[in-house]
Amino acid sequence: MNEYILEVKNLTKIFPGVKALDSVNFKIKKGEIHCLCGENGAGKSTLMNVVSGVYPHDSYEGKVFLHGKETNYKTVKDSEQDNLAIIHQELALSPYLSIYENIFLGHIKSKTGIINWKQLIIDSKKLLKKVGLNENPETIVSKMGVGKQQLVEIARALSKNVELLILDEPTSSLNDVESEQLLQLILELKKEGITCIMISHKLNEVMEVADSITILRDGQTICSYDCHNENITEEIIIQGMVGRDMTHRYPEQDHKVSSDTIMEVKNWSVYHPEYPDLAVVKNASFNLKKGEILAFCGPMGAGRTELMMSIFGKAYGSHCSGELYIKGEKREYHTPKDAITDGLGYVSEDRKELGLILIQSVRQNISNSSLKKLSKLGVIDKHKELEEANNFKKSLNIKTPTVEQTVKNLSGGNQQKVVLSRCLLAEPEIFIVDEPTRGIDVGAKYEIYCILEDLVKQGKSVIMVTSEMPEAIGMADRIYVMNEGKIKGQLLKGDATQEKIMTMALTGKKE
Amino acid sequence: MNKSNSFTDAVKANLRNYSMFIMLGIIMLGFAILTNGVNVSSRNFTNIFVQNSYILVLAVGMVMVIIIGNIDLSVGSVAAFTGAISVIVYNAGVGMFFTIIITIICGLIIGAFQGYWIAYVKIPAFIVTLAGMLLFRGLTYIITNVTPITPKLDSFKQIAIGTISGNIFTITRMVEKRGKMVEQNFYLLPVIIAIIAIAIMLYFAFSERNKKIKNDFSVKPLSYFITEQVVISVLILIIGIQFANYRGIPEVFILLAITIGIFTFITKNTIFGRYIYAVGGNSRSAKLSGINSEKVTFFVHMIMGGLCGVSGILFTAYMNSALPDAGNLFELDAIAASFIGGASASGGIGTIIGAIMGGLIMGVINNGMSLMNIGANWQYVVKALVLLFAVWYDIYTRKKSGMV
Repeated sequence: MNEYILEVKNLTKIFPGVKALDSVNFKIKKGEIHCLCGENGAGKSTLMNVVSGVYPHDSYEGKVFLHGKETNYKTVKDSEQDNLAIIHQELALSPYLSIYENIFLGHIKSKTGIINWKQLIIDSKKLLKKVGLNENPETIVSKMGVGKQQLVEIARALSKNVELLILDEPTSSLNDVESEQLLQLILELKKEGITCIMISHKLNEVMEVADSITILRDGQTICSYDCHNENITEEIIIQGMVGRDMTHRYPEQDHKVSSDTIMEVKNWSVYHPEYPDLAVVKNASFNLKKGEILAFCGPMGAGRTELMMSIFGKAYGSHCSGELYIKGEKREYHTPKDAITDGLGYVSEDRKELGLILIQSVRQNISNSSLKKLSKLGVIDKHKELEEANNFKKSLNIKTPTVEQTVKNLSGGNQQKVVLSRCLLAEPEIFIVDEPTRGIDVGAKYEIYCILEDLVKQGKSVIMVTSEMPEAIGMADRIYVMNEGKIKGQLLKGDATQEKIMTMALTGKKE
Repeated sequence: MNKSNSFTDAVKANLRNYSMFIMLGIIMLGFAILTNGVNVSSRNFTNIFVQNSYILVLAVGMVMVIIIGNIDLSVGSVAAFTGAISVIVYNAGVGMFFTIIITIICGLIIGAFQGYWIAYVKIPAFIVTLAGMLLFRGLTYIITNVTPITPKLDSFKQIAIGTISGNIFTITRMVEKRGKMVEQNFYLLPVIIAIIAIAIMLYFAFSERNKKIKNDFSVKPLSYFITEQVVISVLILIIGIQFANYRGIPEVFILLAITIGIFTFITKNTIFGRYIYAVGGNSRSAKLSGINSEKVTFFVHMIMGGLCGVSGILFTAYMNSALPDAGNLFELDAIAASFIGGASASGGIGTIIGAIMGGLIMGVINNGMSLMNIGANWQYVVKALVLLFAVWYDIYTRKKSGMV
């Protein structure tokens, strides 16, 4: 009997211009939870895509063994036959179908070609109970939150008698409660003998569930740890991931907050784009000082993003009400263009859909907001454009062979740097960043914090919307806590703790 | 890396960009063999441009519409309508110049009308232009009374068939044709213009390259660069000599060259051009980047309308009358030209020159098959296969180079 359910030997995978995996070796024991850590672009997702047959057998060099037998997958379907399931970061559910239809999509069992829907509903109920999802199987999945959709994906995997479950950053879009539920479920599944590979950037989660850990860096396996025999700390993992000591997770802060208020928002309400009577943000009032980093914390759906986007030229919502003052003067922005012209910058939490134009080059993405500055009489000065793009490539350390590379081929952290560059080039006075470090590895996170710190040192102001409380506590001068569309209160630097933020979000009280 | 290696590398890296030219070359060569060289004769060469001019003009506009992620089904009807307007205006006696201006303005208004519904009311372009297709066909029938209208004077026709030959620079030779000695003219003017064009092109190419080197940006290897310039120069010269051997530069060709030049410049070098690609690549992202997507969409459709006006004049001049059924299926030819030329159906990708190449590929096939006396029914079949093959090839190479 083979002790290892999965073995990867000398795996090399090359994309045009990039060596994504470089003779990777990797072993998974049967029945364990194995966490895969590494910076963005380290090759974690690529490795899992090779294992699960997303990349066909002859597109890489090296060997993959499942149960000691070499695999020869042409498509994902082949790997499913071997009871292997992968759940990607971006969920792959059909949004307008119900839960049970999604669970059995693609592998409905029927003898005659006629589907027994009732039986499927009964079967799906069992599966939903197993994953702890208390929903009617006939619910349409798009009406549920991401956390629940994630559970449907797992139920789908279970319905296929999965033995090896691969989860690619399963908690990246979940809140704390949902994440915890998911981790418990994974531990539950382990008891049933299901082997699990989890990719995660959240080290506390890794520490909580992992039996063993493999660290990838620049497409190579750096080391593997057995969590039960070795004394593993978050610091050791981080060190392995970035290849250096990470004593500071946040840059040294020595910026001075001025007493001048640069922006003030009064009684701002935002209404849902489809249901104009529904207020998503209610009477929010806050102010921002020159040279200050302001954080907005709160659970998912608190209305933080909606508030910021609506201020940024009504980019969200059917309509909004309230008053906005910039340097004491009342302003009204009808489009994001007005806001940008007036010195605001906004980095969206949704890089791929709202931040970037994926099919365009790094250069084009960077210049898109500042073409007026780079041109004369409407004609673009391409040399100047190229120069600016190269400057940002250097100063923000964007890892790409050239600035002509399509943004799609960059890793998450580098894509985020491209969005930041685009906003920086427009030279905003007020910089709104929405989840600036979501799905980004520790090293790149630090670099992004440094960029923000640099900005406030230059006297610019930053509003940071974040779901990661340590980040808010580590970076912000003041923290506004939001929940249920309302600003519940504010905490000052030094005074804020995770407990205080949570209490304030849930009860509105300071202690 | 040694020199020959970097040369072949550069060729490989840029092969995709030239695939359309190579394809056109192969097709021309193929028909040259099949028709004993008739299709590349000077006379036929001129004809290909004249016969396809009205489609090529539409393709220029259509590719921009496709880049922003839309489609325009109304162009055939709008071309018919503006064509009819042009004859009516011309017959009222305002002269050719004002006829052209009025017709183009009429096209721009129609484009703006459709663009308004698409950009600001947010009705899908497919539906708006489908309505436009019916609307302007109907209006064409109404204003023409379903009978052809003929221009009162011949000068209208000149737009399509006229040439600029520059008689001062003409060399007349006697050549033998079917046993008789005939006078044949060689017009030097097209060759002179071709040489001037080459000189201007080389000047800009070299100064651009030097500026890049000065700023320490990466450039293509010198050997590759020179080869590229030589090939382009030779092609321009061949076109010049072809025109010189027949009747000089067709006026239509000049109009086409100007249109292509203007819109290539706009799409490649201006803010507006960049906005077109940004809106097509991801309109929500573009909007958050501070781009007024609605305005861009509106103007692209308006420009399309204006180019329909140009196309309408050209077709009317070519037929020497405004036909009620003019422009039938033009929209499909223009759309096919854009896709053969490498535009992406999901928007954000495409070039003017690609669409022109696509239009020429179809034009050369049509023309070649007509010369071989193959009927229209088979021409449809072949065009369909070419469209499928070209788009498949485009997707295939894009995948291979990691662009998808």
